[in-house]
Amino acid sequence: MNAANLQPIPSPLQEQPDFAVPPALAAQIDELITHYPKARSASLMLLHALQEHFGFISRQAVEWVAAKLELQPINIYELVTFYPMFHQQRVGKYHFRICRTLSCALGGSYQLHQYFCEKLGLDPHHHGPQTTKDGKFTVEFVECLASCGTAPVLMCNEAFYEGVSPEKAGDILRGCQ
Amino acid sequence: MPQEYRQILKFVDQPGYTPDLDCYLRHGGYETLKKALALPPRTLPDGRTLSGPEQLREEVRLSGLRGRGGAGFSCGLKWSFVDRKSGKPIYLICNADESEPGTFKDRQIIYKDPHQMLEGMILACYANDVHLAYIYIRGEFIEGARILNRALQEARAAHYLGRNILGSGYDLEIHVHRGAGAYICGEETGLIESLEGKRAYPRIKPPYFPAVLGLYNCPTIVNNVETLCAVKHIVAMGGAEYAKIGTPNNTGTRIVCISGTVRKPGYYEIETGKVTLGELILDPAFGGGLREGRTLQAIIPGGSSAKVFKAGERFKIKRKGPDGKETEAELGVLDLPYDFDTIIAAGSMSGSGAIIVLDDSVDIVEALANIAEFYAHESCGQCTPCREGSLWMAKALRRLTHGGGRKTDADYLARIADNIPGGRTICAFGEACSWPVQSFVAKFKDQFVARGAADEARRLANTPNAESPTGKTNA
Ligand SMILES: Cc1cc2nc3c(=O)[nH]c(=O)nc-3n(C[C@H](O)[C@H](O)[C@H](O)COP(=O)(O)O)c2cc1C
Ligand code: SF4
Ligand code: FES
Repeated sequence: MNAANLQPIPSPLQEQPDFAVPPALAAQIDELITHYPKARSASLMLLHALQEHFGFISRQAVEWVAAKLELQPINIYELVTFYPMFHQQRVGKYHFRICRTLSCALGGSYQLHQYFCEKLGLDPHHHGPQTTKDGKFTVEFVECLASCGTAPVLMCNEAFYEGVSPEKAGDILRGCQ
Repeated sequence: MPQEYRQILKFVDQPGYTPDLDCYLRHGGYETLKKALALPPRTLPDGRTLSGPEQLREEVRLSGLRGRGGAGFSCGLKWSFVDRKSGKPIYLICNADESEPGTFKDRQIIYKDPHQMLEGMILACYANDVHLAYIYIRGEFIEGARILNRALQEARAAHYLGRNILGSGYDLEIHVHRGAGAYICGEETGLIESLEGKRAYPRIKPPYFPAVLGLYNCPTIVNNVETLCAVKHIVAMGGAEYAKIGTPNNTGTRIVCISGTVRKPGYYEIETGKVTLGELILDPAFGGGLREGRTLQAIIPGGSSAKVFKAGERFKIKRKGPDGKETEAELGVLDLPYDFDTIIAAGSMSGSGAIIVLDDSVDIVEALANIAEFYAHESCGQCTPCREGSLWMAKALRRLTHGGGRKTDADYLARIADNIPGGRTICAFGEACSWPVQSFVAKFKDQFVARGAADEARRLANTPNAESPTGKTNA
C-alpha cells in the first residue's frame, strides 16, 4: 500500500512534524514483526516501542505503524483509543499511576491521589491523566496493578512503589527533580 | 495447625534465589523437561501405544488439575478439546494478564521464578504439539516483560527452547506480547483478539471456542501462569501422586492472595481445601487476623467479581466423602474449606484465589461503589446490557456515596444487576460486574437503603450535604 491510499483520519491526535524513526528503533520494530505469523499482531508491541521512544502517540506515529503493517490508520487509531496505556498527549517527565481499586482504596489510595494532586496543583476529583503546566508531572488513577497485598501502590514511570505511606509519597516526589 | 504448602513458591523468597537460569538449574531446573523429552512410547495393556506427548496429557488428566485463572475448569479436559485433526497449527498462550482485582500471585512467579513458568509452558507445548506460543503479559508489568525476555534468551541459548530442543527434534518458539492496560484482555477470547492486534473484544462462543477456533482461527490453548507451573510439578511427580495433594476434585496447591483489612496481607500457597477461609484470614501463618479492636464485616472470596460473603453467614454444603457418599453439613463462612467446589456450593467462587477482607471500619456502600467503578471503566462496550448496565450501576453508587442517594437505589441496583448476566452478554464480564452488586445489595440491603433514605431526608430538609465526600475511602 502506498501513502496515497491512506485515508485521512478525523481525530484529535497531535501532530508531530519532526516524527522520524531512528534506525536502531526501526530494526527493533522489524524484529518484533517477525514474532508473529501475521504482521497485524505486532501492532500493540509497535505502539509500545514508539511510545517508549517518543513519549506519546502522534498522528504521524499512527500512520507510520499502519503503513508498516499494511493496515489503515483507523486500525491503529482504534487501539490508541481503546487501550488506556497509550497516550495521545505527551505525559510529564514523571508519570504517576496510582492504583484506585478496592484493596488500595482501603489502604489509602484516594488520600495518596489527593496528596499528589494538591502538591502539584491538580484537581483531586479528576481521575484521568492530568499534567502540570510545566509538563513535568502527570498524575492519574489506574485500576488494580496486581499488588493488592502491599496497598497502596503506585508506579512512577517504570518504577513500582509498594506500601506508599504519606512520608514515602513525599520522598518519591522529592526524588523527582 | 494449618500451614503453607509451598510447591510452586518453594524457592521464591528464599535468600539468594534469583530469576536467572543458573540459579534455576542449581535448584533442579529443566530436569523435568529433559525427562519428558526422553520419554519412550508406552504400550498400554489394551495394545494402544501412547507417544511421549500423549503420556504427558494423560498425566495432566489424571492429576485432576483445574485452571487457576478464574473459572477452575479442568485442564485435562480443556486439552482434550483441542482439535488435533484440522491440520492447522496449534497455539498455546500463557495468560499473564493478572488483572482481577485482589490477585497478585502470577506476579510473584513471573518476577521471581520465570524459568519455572517457562519449563511448565514448554512441557505443556510439547504435550500438545505446539510449536509457537505466546506469553500475554499485562502492559504494566514492564519489568516483568524484561525478566521474561531475558529468561527466554537464556533458555534459547541453553537449547531448552528453539530448534531441536535438547536434541529431541522438537521445535518451539515463545514470544512475549504486552497488553496495554485493559482488564478485558484477561478474558481468553479478548486476549486472542488483542494478540491479533485488535481491540480486545471478546468473541462469541459458540463458535469461537479457543480449542477449535482460537488465535488466527486455529486451535489454541489458553492457560494461566499458575496452571502452567502446576503442569511442571505434575509431570515431575506423576499425575496420580499430584492428585494426592489437596482434596478430591480440588487437587494440588493454590496460591491464595489475601488483601484488605488484615494484619498480614500477602500470598500463601496451600493444599487446596485443606485450609479454611477463617484460617486464611485469622491464623498467624496466613492473614494474621484483623487489626486491634476490629470485627469482621465481609469477605470477597475470589477476586472482585466473586459474590461477597457476610460475616456470620451459614451455609448447607453437600460434600462427597472419600467413599463417594454425599453428606450435608452446615458450615459457618469461616469454616468453609478454601477450594473450588465448597466456595461454589456456598454461592460464590474462589475464582483467581484472591480474598479481600472487609472489617467493620469499611463503608460497604463505598466498597461496592469502588468495585462498580472498576467494571464501568473496564467493560469493552460490545454488549448493551454490560456496557450500559455497568455504567448505570456505577452512577447510582456514585450518587449514593456523594449525598445524592435515594431510598429506592438498592432495588434499582438489584434490578439492573439482575438483567445483565445469564447469556445476555458475549463474555463472562457480564456476570463479573453484576455478581458483586447483586450480592452486596442483597446481603447489606439495610445499609444501602439507609444511605439513600438519609440523603432524601437531608434534601427534604434542604440542608446542605453535611458529609464532605472528600477524604473518605472512596470519595
Ligand atoms: C473478565 C475476565 C477476566 C479474566 N482475567 C483473567 C486474568 O487476568 N488472568 C487469567 O489467567 N485468567 C483470566 N480470566 C480467565 C480466562 O478467560 C481463562 O479462563 C483462563 O486464562 C484459562 O486458564 P486456566 O484454565 O489455566 O485457568 C478472565 C476471565 C474473564 C471473564
Ligand atoms: S460482556 Fe461486557 S466485557 Fe464482555 S464482551 Fe460484552 S460488553 Fe464486552
Ligand atoms: S487494588 Fe491496588 S494493586 Fe490491586
